[in-house]
Amino acid sequence: MTTDKTLDEILTLAAAHFKVPRQKLAPDDDFFKTLGIDSLQALDLLTKLENHFRIELPDYELQGVSDFRTLASRIQSRL
Amino acid sequence: MDQFKGETLSWKAKDGVIELALHREPCNEIGSATIVELEKFVAELASMEAEAHALIIYSELKSGFCAGADLRELYRRSQEMAQADALKGVRHHVERIHAVMNAIDASPLTTIAAVHGVTFGGGFELALTCDLIIADKMARFCFPELRLGLVPSFGGIPRLKRDLGNAVVRDLLLTGRSFNATKAQQIGLASQVVGEGEALKAARATAAQLGKFDRTTAAAAKQFIKPIPYEELKSEIDLFCELFTHPAVEAGLRRFVESTDALPYLP
Repeated sequence: MTTDKTLDEILTLAAAHFKVPRQKLAPDDDFFKTLGIDSLQALDLLTKLENHFRIELPDYELQGVSDFRTLASRIQSRL
Repeated sequence: MDQFKGETLSWKAKDGVIELALHREPCNEIGSATIVELEKFVAELASMEAEAHALIIYSELKSGFCAGADLRELYRRSQEMAQADALKGVRHHVERIHAVMNAIDASPLTTIAAVHGVTFGGGFELALTCDLIIADKMARFCFPELRLGLVPSFGGIPRLKRDLGNAVVRDLLLTGRSFNATKAQQIGLASQVVGEGEALKAARATAAQLGKFDRTTAAAAKQFIKPIPYEELKSEIDLFCELFTHPAVEAGLRRFVESTDALPYLP
């Protein structure tokens, strides 16, 4: 899977899970702000992504990560 | 008392199954109010056990099963007292929660934790007192205590060590990382992983199955296979109290309390 494809799937999944129109999400958005979520909900997103991509992503690898593009690169490295 | 509706939790007994529901916003943080009601529950448990075969513990809150100890209360109380009094108070607090956890662990009923969402720290430790963990696929487990300069203090280390290999325990404890339900099942922690919102339903179906067995045999089997590590549990309290006096703890708790985020010690 390419990083672009991974990124697209993350955006689609996040939009569906947090009930936000897909077209409102862009790769460089701060997902905390765009989705209006706190760290607890971010963990929900992490679980959703782990289940979807069938990976395990330690949460400390996401420290400081707040945009979809960087999130995609972290996930890509585990695929 | 076959049913009770409290501030932080409720219970009801029906058809041989006791259901203990947690419902303290935002995510069932275990503070003194919860401890009082848990003590009330375990005091009543002995009389309810005669007519029951199973206990299910679950959360009514969407946010998750339980985010652990009420750290804001812990910090506030420790700041209000002189250090020696604070330490004495913390030890008393931890000993009370240990008594509750031990009572649930030792219950002759077959116990099931039906978990979803955040199952962290003391919440994870509460789930570990149960014989079976049934996890919603969105459940997430974690021992974040090291991030605060502490170790788990509600009996989590000895119970996790009882149930899993030491290497797994070291990984979870020393990295403080959270992990999902699939991983929990892979390492032997969760007995079943079910779809979103289905954990309680699966727990009820399991409890109905347990009702078909002879209770004396089931209780004897449980006692045989699930020893309670009392000595290690006592050592855990000592270790926690020793660490609690370290400056790193006050700094970690202050960071937590001053943050407005729901779980500020997490990324």
